[in-house]
Amino acid sequence: MNTRRFGLIALPYAWLVLFFLSPLVIVIKISVANEAVAIPPYTPLFEGGRLHVTDANYLLLLSDSLYWKAYWGAIRYAAIATILTLLIGYPLAYGIARTPVRWRNLLLMAIILPFWTSFLIRVYAWIGLLKENGIVNHALLSVGLIDTPLRLIDNDFSVLLGLVYAYLPFMVLPLYAQLEKLDPALNEAAADLGARPLHIFWQVTLPLSLPGIAAGILLVFIPAVGEFVIPDLLGGPKTLMIGKILWDEFFTNHDWPTASALAIAMLVLLALPMGLMRRLLRGIA
Amino acid sequence: MQIERLTKRFEPDAQPAVNNVSLAIDRQEFFALLGPSGCGKTTLLRLIAGFETADTGVIAIDGADMAGVPPYRRPVNIMFQNYALFPHMNVARNVGFGLRQERKPRGAVDARVVALLELVKMRALAARRPGQLSGGERQRVALARALAKEPKLLLLDEPLTALDRKLREEMRFELKHIHQRVGITFLMVTHDQEEAMSMASRLAVMNEGRIEQEGSPEHVYENPANRFVAGFLGAVNLFEGKVAGAEAGLLIVDSEAGRLAVAHSPLAAGTAVAVAIRPEKLRFMTARDTTTPNVLPGIVRTIAYRGEASTCQIELASGQLVRGTMSNGDGKAPVFLPGAALSLSFTPDAARLLQS
Repeated sequence: MNTRRFGLIALPYAWLVLFFLSPLVIVIKISVANEAVAIPPYTPLFEGGRLHVTDANYLLLLSDSLYWKAYWGAIRYAAIATILTLLIGYPLAYGIARTPVRWRNLLLMAIILPFWTSFLIRVYAWIGLLKENGIVNHALLSVGLIDTPLRLIDNDFSVLLGLVYAYLPFMVLPLYAQLEKLDPALNEAAADLGARPLHIFWQVTLPLSLPGIAAGILLVFIPAVGEFVIPDLLGGPKTLMIGKILWDEFFTNHDWPTASALAIAMLVLLALPMGLMRRLLRGIA
Repeated sequence: MQIERLTKRFEPDAQPAVNNVSLAIDRQEFFALLGPSGCGKTTLLRLIAGFETADTGVIAIDGADMAGVPPYRRPVNIMFQNYALFPHMNVARNVGFGLRQERKPRGAVDARVVALLELVKMRALAARRPGQLSGGERQRVALARALAKEPKLLLLDEPLTALDRKLREEMRFELKHIHQRVGITFLMVTHDQEEAMSMASRLAVMNEGRIEQEGSPEHVYENPANRFVAGFLGAVNLFEGKVAGAEAGLLIVDSEAGRLAVAHSPLAAGTAVAVAIRPEKLRFMTARDTTTPNVLPGIVRTIAYRGEASTCQIELASGQLVRGTMSNGDGKAPVFLPGAALSLSFTPDAARLLQS
């Protein structure tokens, strides 16, 4: 009985250790090496029987304000995007949860449908829509609403639009799962006891959907902080997000040790706000 | 409360869930709506609470027409079948919910909550969440919450169904007791005829959206208006037959079980009727005893022992199975075992005549 349960758990854990933990160890190893003109482009951990470790890459991160700005930039974009997805996603999820059952699956399908196309292609499609001679500007010009093209891309607006667009389903699905579970009799009981519709929302529906809100926030915020495709393609050169800087260090500068140190630093720094947020949300729920 | 010609259809062409119902409930009455599931009694309750809108008809409470009045403005509170307690609030906050909506001062709310929790004997558990309570405790909280605003009318949707049998019987007395103490009109919906009869001062039997009969439990039980009411409210034995004539002030019916005499006003000979007799009104006699009228010989088939009495199935000579109640109490009445031959008898005024 116990050995069977152990076997059931051991297999996925072995998988995680192999493909999640060991790359992490490798990244930590690279982050304490020096840059080198070699293949791979860093110094080995053991050389001539001696351990070779440096903190130079981490010190570089502290000394160059670019990294700090990129870190805060990522947190800021991710936080604003998370709030926006919550504000858009909540009414959407609530609406779907209150639709007759036969329509619900169709509406949920529509939320999941974008996943059937490659994420990259969808982001490129946004470039086609937003660029100076893109579809949106073209349409607005031709109906005469504007006379000069709007700057819709390479700015905060396009980055946030991209983030909200890409992560909205991750907010809607946990919210829907939570709201769908709520007993409609609770709303009726509140109304019966004299609560108006808005009061019912604040006193009953919202408090009871907090676990869904917490799940949605975590599912959107964490990947949004590390996002690099959206800031790279929809943000201009001035858009500072840590994921984009990391990508540049790795693939443009070929500085693997600095990139690895950045990745580890990001992991540690992300764990901090996430831990705080989890405690906060658990406190409310 | 006054209901006049109320009708509600959920689908345009479907059978109405509530069909032309008229009902008047007096102040401080304990009224029960009794019927099988799907008979429209819960829909009627939801119409009164304001969760559903009637197609036609009027609901008036204390003379005020409730048409267009939203649930949160009606002087009515409901205790839901599954209680619908707010899981994120403790017992005291659940009970105080309605009072807080009126923005009453905190001290007044707290004092009232304490008084209500005393009433339902839940004061010790005021800080618990609904998830930490047993079914019976939740029921008490739901009752206190529904009473908090002193509604003109308290609606109870199957109030005892979710409880186990022993608790249910205790709660019957307690609900009655609380009803007397608070002086609020109670309207209870139930499918349990025992519950309705033991608690209500008046009841109405519903079937297929209509009210079949209305009156005190004793009146409806003793004088059922039709076959449905007779069969739904308690057990009944029916003998189908035709009126044969009158004899010595009694109506004579030729039935499948033989010639029966019933105390009833004269009817035209040949009228199709059913003689209805409750199991507890059948007397058990040894087979030899044939001195009384309305004697039905038969054989005991099965006996279900219930403690204070036994319910027996007796096969008559005609093959019909009838139900009788055999007392186990005094030790004087004859006791029969399965397979024993016996005679059942009843007095002419114990039986009722049903025409519809």
